[in-house]
Amino acid sequence: MAHLTPTPVLEPAQDRTMILNMGPQHPSTHGVLRVLLEIDGENIVRIMPDIGFLHTGIEKTCEAKFYQQVVPLTDRIDYLCPLTNNLCYVLAVEKLLGLEIPPKAQWLRVLLNELTRINSHLVWLGTHALDIGAMTVFLYCFREREDILRIFEMVSGQRMMTSYFRIGGIALEPPLGFFDRVRDFASRFPSKVDEYENLLTGNPIWGMRTKGVARITAEDAIALGASGPTLRGSGIDIDLRRDMPYSGYENFEFKVPLGKEGDVFDRYMCRVQELRESIGIVQQALDGMPAGPIKADSPKVVLPDREKMKTQMEALIYHFKIITEGFSVPAGEVYQAVESPRGEMGYYVVSDGTAKPYRVHMRAACLANLQTLPKMCEGGLIADVVAAIGSIDIVLGEIDR
Amino acid sequence: MALTPPITDIEELKSHPALARLLEWSSAAVKEVKFDRDEMSIVIDRPAIREACALLRDNPSFPFNYLSDITCVDWSPSEPRFEVIYHLLSIPKKERVRLKVRLEGTSPVIESVTSVWPGANYFEREVFDLFGIRFTGHPYLRRLLMPEDWEGHPLRKDYPVEGYR
Repeated sequence: MAHLTPTPVLEPAQDRTMILNMGPQHPSTHGVLRVLLEIDGENIVRIMPDIGFLHTGIEKTCEAKFYQQVVPLTDRIDYLCPLTNNLCYVLAVEKLLGLEIPPKAQWLRVLLNELTRINSHLVWLGTHALDIGAMTVFLYCFREREDILRIFEMVSGQRMMTSYFRIGGIALEPPLGFFDRVRDFASRFPSKVDEYENLLTGNPIWGMRTKGVARITAEDAIALGASGPTLRGSGIDIDLRRDMPYSGYENFEFKVPLGKEGDVFDRYMCRVQELRESIGIVQQALDGMPAGPIKADSPKVVLPDREKMKTQMEALIYHFKIITEGFSVPAGEVYQAVESPRGEMGYYVVSDGTAKPYRVHMRAACLANLQTLPKMCEGGLIADVVAAIGSIDIVLGEIDR
Repeated sequence: MALTPPITDIEELKSHPALARLLEWSSAAVKEVKFDRDEMSIVIDRPAIREACALLRDNPSFPFNYLSDITCVDWSPSEPRFEVIYHLLSIPKKERVRLKVRLEGTSPVIESVTSVWPGANYFEREVFDLFGIRFTGHPYLRRLLMPEDWEGHPLRKDYPVEGYR
């Protein structure tokens, strides 16, 4: 088992320092992240993340699948925001095809994406607070997360691996009672955010553990490729939903919360305020939901309705062709980026004109965000590493792909 | 959003800020351009890539100051086999540009851009790991995702999807 030799190995540079190995199975690393620390007493001299334990070769697998078969694979990349991955991939392929998506499908995509963002932020908030020592918040967050997962189950049949979006639209009309359920959740949720904030924001222990801890300057964050709340926490005003809108985000009004100091507390505040903005977008999507079809009018790409398949010969033929041969996509390349809960998620899809993608590359927001960890932690204390890892909200599935 | 044919004429595209800046610096460094599906791709001469990146980053009127991504495509068996792809973003101007460098199949080498953006570190290690492209001047060019003693580069087209058994 030579390939299991633990690499890389960090050698202590000075006599007085020692090497501490954290992970890959440490509970506060949110997955299988190994962090090598060179420490002098309790101070960190050097820190080196070691990743790859969850590498599954999804990019390679995609090359052997039809375009529509890649959608379920994208769920598994970032398992906390599957619908954002679905969206990013289908947007990229739709751009390659030049497909026009009907407004109702776009609005439903936005609505579900914002619910996904809330879901992901709730998991982050719960585990991050748990790492730092606030147990209660975890239970509160997972209570609301359960409601969202039930909504996902209602609409797609799955709690986590939803695969609900399709190239050219969405899979099915949402079931009866779906909008009432979302409305009910949206009306209750703001008061729950107040609850979390009551537990944490003014809490002096929370303040001591987060304020001024794991700082990163705006220049460093840009140079290291950070994105999302990790970048906005340092005061850089960019949000792809507002600045380079996709899927009809230009129709929604929301604020982009910014931090100032670039410490753990500012990143926390950014995400908590994003929870409120997201539920605002959900409200707007519910109020203004347009009527109309949920699939693009493109029979060679979009599967026909079940009813039509049983009554119309053409529909049956197209269905058979799409399932057995896929559909060919005009040659070209596209980079589509969306604002995932963690930052800029990008799909680079290259087509050579056949029914299978020639190359699918995922730009993982966490991979770049993780590079900021040494800048945040070096010179700090061991106990703050846990706070720093939590504050960049890593998902190892996305980092390792 | 029907598809229109791509524009590949340099003269027609030279008003694009990234292309204009590169042409002003050295017209020999720009080998090809393509504007397709609202996205701009510029093929750069291999030795010029690091300087081209630094130039675009430091352009005061239109800085492409953020490196979104580095990746690679294997066009085996045609030559030049590899295309290394850089996605740059201008945070102040909200604009993207894609740079490409073409590399031969035998011992592909390219200059690292880690001195321009330290964040290129992991992306270049990933490309090295999965495609076997060497980046000169990289501070720590080792495998990132695969085990250290893995043989072969999985994302190359001649590597089977199921791996070697």
